[in-house]
Amino acid sequence: MIYNNPFSILSETIPSIAIQSFLILMVGLALAGTLVDIIHKKNVKYFFENAKKAKLSATRELGVRERASVIVKTVAYDIGTTSELGAGKRRVAHLLGMYGTILFWIASAVMIFCYSSSSSGTPLAWPIIWHIGASMTILGGCWFWFFLRVDVYSEAHPWYRIIKADLFVLALIATSLFGLIWSYLQSLNLNDRWDDKVFLVLYIVSNLVLFGGVYWSKFAHMFYKPGAAIQKNLAEADGSRDNLPPEADAPKKFGLGIKREAPKHY
Amino acid sequence: MSTFVYMTRCDGCGHCVDICPSDIMHIDETIRRAVNIEPNFCWECYSCVKACPNHAIDVRGYADFAPMGHSVRVRREEEKGTISWKIKFRNGKEKNFVSPITTKPWGKFIPKLATGEKPNQDEIKSQILYNEPEGLNTKKELPSIPKDSFKKGVYY
Repeated sequence: MIYNNPFSILSETIPSIAIQSFLILMVGLALAGTLVDIIHKKNVKYFFENAKKAKLSATRELGVRERASVIVKTVAYDIGTTSELGAGKRRVAHLLGMYGTILFWIASAVMIFCYSSSSSGTPLAWPIIWHIGASMTILGGCWFWFFLRVDVYSEAHPWYRIIKADLFVLALIATSLFGLIWSYLQSLNLNDRWDDKVFLVLYIVSNLVLFGGVYWSKFAHMFYKPGAAIQKNLAEADGSRDNLPPEADAPKKFGLGIKREAPKHY
Repeated sequence: MSTFVYMTRCDGCGHCVDICPSDIMHIDETIRRAVNIEPNFCWECYSCVKACPNHAIDVRGYADFAPMGHSVRVRREEEKGTISWKIKFRNGKEKNFVSPITTKPWGKFIPKLATGEKPNQDEIKSQILYNEPEGLNTKKELPSIPKDSFKKGVYY
């Protein structure tokens, strides 16, 4: 199963161009959803107005090289390791889900555009990356869903209570899970048995929900969060710091330096 | 005045929810970020502002002077044990303060009752509470403020 390219097997029944068009449609849906989100919530407008205001209180001008170095550092550390989540379970679950999804999407795009015809031999690495990515997404998503989800413990809501905010994580888990089951059924050579088709349809529907529901879900946070992290670090570097005081140049043992208790229920 | 949350900064960690003495900082169910559910009940104690690890919480000034650009922001650095304040006045003047954190670590001043002497049955039945009268320290003369030290011209 893990060495099979499910899209090349699919191309025996559905033309490659149709599969490729579906992927382009998904990218278009995600972009359109994000644009509508930006226009409706006006968050990007607020973001740029805030950045302009912050520039007025900057104590020094950043050069192009310095600006680029701050952005690279932010991408490598803040965004690449989701440092804002601290050193806890939330961060591990988020990293699993984030890198799993990235691997899953990249491998899907490569296999669909480069190796989707039944005649082209797929290098072993891509199906393996696709399957590992999907498994990581399911693991991270389920960890979040069952153990870390906000309000599960604090508000005593049961784990099966679903609200609008769950659209993103559930659609993500469903896409990966149905994709894996569909791939497994394909590897069994069932000769067009019904269950193979059912899971293909479920995989398609979950993709439509994930990419078509961008406006209603948390999908767009993957664009906003990096932008906010870059703006925050640029503000630290140019001295405006969003009006925050500078880091204290304190002598040793200035205060007690206590380690506070981390909230356990979030 | 009351607190509000910068949504781009908040990651929904819940530190503000735990610390809020008025219990008005909650996690929004849809966006999963902190939100002040009842600004009128905010005590302006700044507990959540100081507790927020992402500096995502700020305090909104009254509408008549807030647009004029004042700001009171705080940075708490636990590992250094410092708390820094930056006050920006409406005329652009700035003041910075750095103070030590004086919060006591959890459990440091909890009386160690388990290691103390156990009260006998008579002491349990007595109306005097545990460790009284020694604990009240009433054998000495009670503290008082001499009237001479009061401000002149003020009558008590």
